Amino acid sequence: MNVTLKIWRQKNAQAKGKFKTYPLQDVSPEMSVLEMLDYLNMQLIEKGDAPVAFEHDCREGICGTCGLYINGRPHGPMRNTTTCELHMRAFKDGEIIYIEPWRARAFPVLKDLIVDRSSFERIMHTAGFISINTGSAPEANSTPVSKIIADKAFDAAVCIGCGACVAACKNSSAMLYAAAKIAQYAMIPQGKVEAKERVDKMVRQMDAEGFGFCSNTYGCEFDCPKGISVDFIALMNREFFSSKVCKQKHK
Amino acid sequence: MQQLNSKIPEGPLADKWSRYKASLRLVSPANKKKLEIIVVGTGLAGASAASALGELGYKVKAFCFQDSPRRAHSVAAQGGINAAKNYKNDNDSIYRLFFDTIKGGDYRAREANVYRAAEVSNLVIDHYTALGVPFARDYGGALDTRSFGGVQVSRTFYAKGQTGQQCLLGAYSSLTRQIAKGTVKMFSRRDMLDLVIVEGKARGIITRNLVSGELERHSAHAVVLATGGYGTVFYLSTLGLGSNASAAWNAHKKGALFANPSFIQIHPTSIPVLNDYQCKLTLMSESLRNDGRVWVSKEKGDKRHPTEIPEEERDYYLERKYPAFGNLVPRDVASRAAKERCDAGYGAGDSGLSVYLDFKDAIDAHGKKAIQDKYGNLFEMYEKITGINPYNQPMRIYPAGHYTMGGLWVDYNLMTTIPGLFAIGESNFSDHGANRLGANSLMQCSGDGYFILPNTIGDYLADEIRTGKIPTDQQPFKEAEKGVEEKIQKFMAIGGRKSASSFHKRLGKIMWDHCGMRRDAEGLQKGKELLNELEEEFWKDLRIPGNDREINQELEKAFKVADFFEVGRLMCEDAIQREESCGAHFREEHQTETGEAKRDDKNFAYVAAWEYKGHREKPDMHKEPLRFEHVEIKERSYK
Repeated sequence: MNVTLKIWRQKNAQAKGKFKTYPLQDVSPEMSVLEMLDYLNMQLIEKGDAPVAFEHDCREGICGTCGLYINGRPHGPMRNTTTCELHMRAFKDGEIIYIEPWRARAFPVLKDLIVDRSSFERIMHTAGFISINTGSAPEANSTPVSKIIADKAFDAAVCIGCGACVAACKNSSAMLYAAAKIAQYAMIPQGKVEAKERVDKMVRQMDAEGFGFCSNTYGCEFDCPKGISVDFIALMNREFFSSKVCKQKHK
Repeated sequence: MQQLNSKIPEGPLADKWSRYKASLRLVSPANKKKLEIIVVGTGLAGASAASALGELGYKVKAFCFQDSPRRAHSVAAQGGINAAKNYKNDNDSIYRLFFDTIKGGDYRAREANVYRAAEVSNLVIDHYTALGVPFARDYGGALDTRSFGGVQVSRTFYAKGQTGQQCLLGAYSSLTRQIAKGTVKMFSRRDMLDLVIVEGKARGIITRNLVSGELERHSAHAVVLATGGYGTVFYLSTLGLGSNASAAWNAHKKGALFANPSFIQIHPTSIPVLNDYQCKLTLMSESLRNDGRVWVSKEKGDKRHPTEIPEEERDYYLERKYPAFGNLVPRDVASRAAKERCDAGYGAGDSGLSVYLDFKDAIDAHGKKAIQDKYGNLFEMYEKITGINPYNQPMRIYPAGHYTMGGLWVDYNLMTTIPGLFAIGESNFSDHGANRLGANSLMQCSGDGYFILPNTIGDYLADEIRTGKIPTDQQPFKEAEKGVEEKIQKFMAIGGRKSASSFHKRLGKIMWDHCGMRRDAEGLQKGKELLNELEEEFWKDLRIPGNDREINQELEKAFKVADFFEVGRLMCEDAIQREESCGAHFREEHQTETGEAKRDDKNFAYVAAWEYKGHREKPDMHKEPLRFEHVEIKERSYK
């Protein structure tokens, strides 16, 4: 199949970017989108042009490195699919495909399709953990956790940190990302000890990084490659609210 | 000539670690603050080590090439993590886990190390649970386990098919906590390009900042490599594309011995190559072979659709060759048999490099629902990648490079032959012999990082408390940085026509064809020659666009590919000297009459540890004899 690519090219963080058009012939429908870009890059390199910079690693939908905004959707047109899992058979012969980086103030573009997601890291640095030292853990079965709760915590824990939720949101909100971690820990006994402090710190950092407020459009859930539910945002909000109430009480 | 001293402690097997630990020297909390440790790699081994060392009070600097430690390829492990908890009351024990691992490794691993890995496995599960890792549970709220390849007990803890992801995120959270506390300083988007040795000791590394392109010098009192395996030497593998051998190879070139490089596990059930530009193979869980039947057409080059090939024209070759085990023969046998059929021209698909894994009989017998319950997520994953619905037509599968049992030689302290340089997780060689058992790699990485290295490294650092900060303006740092800079300029100056990936692809094919699932002396020699030829072409015809002081992914690849030529040659060298077949290493010349692997315990029960002698110089081999005092060596039989 043949396609026309419109790809965002930007030399570095300071430079101004623009779309560049690349007609690409003989694309196999069996190629993933990233393999299609590899194919384009090989041609660009052989011609002496600069290849398109994009990030990727595991290429099986679990590391969260790849994330491209394709035809106006994070990770492209298929639901529950990361860019590396998206194959060219999802597109039509002759189609024009727009490929952009994530767009958000908190995710500055570093080059072409690569963005800096260190704001996500800094949210985790505030409290995205359970404070237990190596060696001080109790025997694993000493604290039973209901299967229903454990499974629900797992559903939140599957977040791959790709940033699609932010890219999907009109307000570039990181609420689904933060909520997934907050909810995972708030639900299980091991994480409850610090739950209130955690939600307070993480929400504050989210704001400080320049992520917006929830737009209530559920775009994040729709475009999350792991299908993480917005219910966790509700849980986070409840936790946040109750952390404020409890703080009042302590005073 | 370096002397190998494995430092395996005396005494009964079960007491070795506890006695030895008690004899190790300590560093006081006040002194720990003065000591710096570099940890390279932040997968399960690196993240757990960095966080545990940070908790102890050392000043840790952690490095990864990804934008976040959470993306290391431990994230992709599917099946589970083993521990000897005996929660199922099925008579499991530390000894059994040890025994299964030694046997699974085809008697080419070190007893004392394996026993220790089994011993700390229970602590690992306790720790991950406390960190909030959502392992599967049963309705009473206790942790659930399942069975895994080849063992008779149920000791594998799991979080659906994403155990690696959940364990890594657990280790990442503990690392994050130390970063927040300031005990660990995190350096993301850095490639380690050389090891710095000062007066015989590992004292630092040279890194390239992958965003700015700047070279950086980092010093420490000890360096820990947790840089994973070198399976991407095959180009096509189940590994992440960024995985590489360079950190370990830099260490090897600086004097660290490299052990059993030819031991690479080839996993039989991966989704095959679907197009010419594919650079990654995705694993399909081995459990599928419980219900799937493997076959190819009886006719060479049969291009018919699989559903159009009638029953009598199908060759269920595993059932034909191995009637006793059928489709459930061990990994290495299944992989070799698939390769044999495809090489003979019977393979399926356009490329002829795949075999069918057919569920029709199972669906007919048990119903679609039963198969869906068991394998639903795998079938979905298959459909997503291939666009083919495996409920209606057979899957296509092919073997793929997966895990490297070989790696840097380490002693019982996990220290390499360079004082102050440690290697943990997949980057060392010590625990899996010639073949790794499923769910043992997460166990080993976590055990090394959380519970073993933090103890043994203290004994080394006890001598460093008076050293003071290591300055980076001394000559060895300058020289190492200069060497890297020269190499960069050499790459940039080639100005050829071809991309680094195009060389990597050809290199991978040479390795796959000549040092893959089946090896013989002639082919291995040929492989070395082909590598030499391709390497010459690489240094003449490589093209790296752009410049080196910016994000330059082609330059990053060039470093990796350049090292893989040397890694590949050493793999061939190692495979040539090992005149036996064991585990993943199969030599055509050494098989039984029925085509099974023929081990030679009399002559080859040793670890081959290689010493670097220079580019294209013949490396020296050192032998560490393996002594089996607690298990009886037996032949593996599948018939």
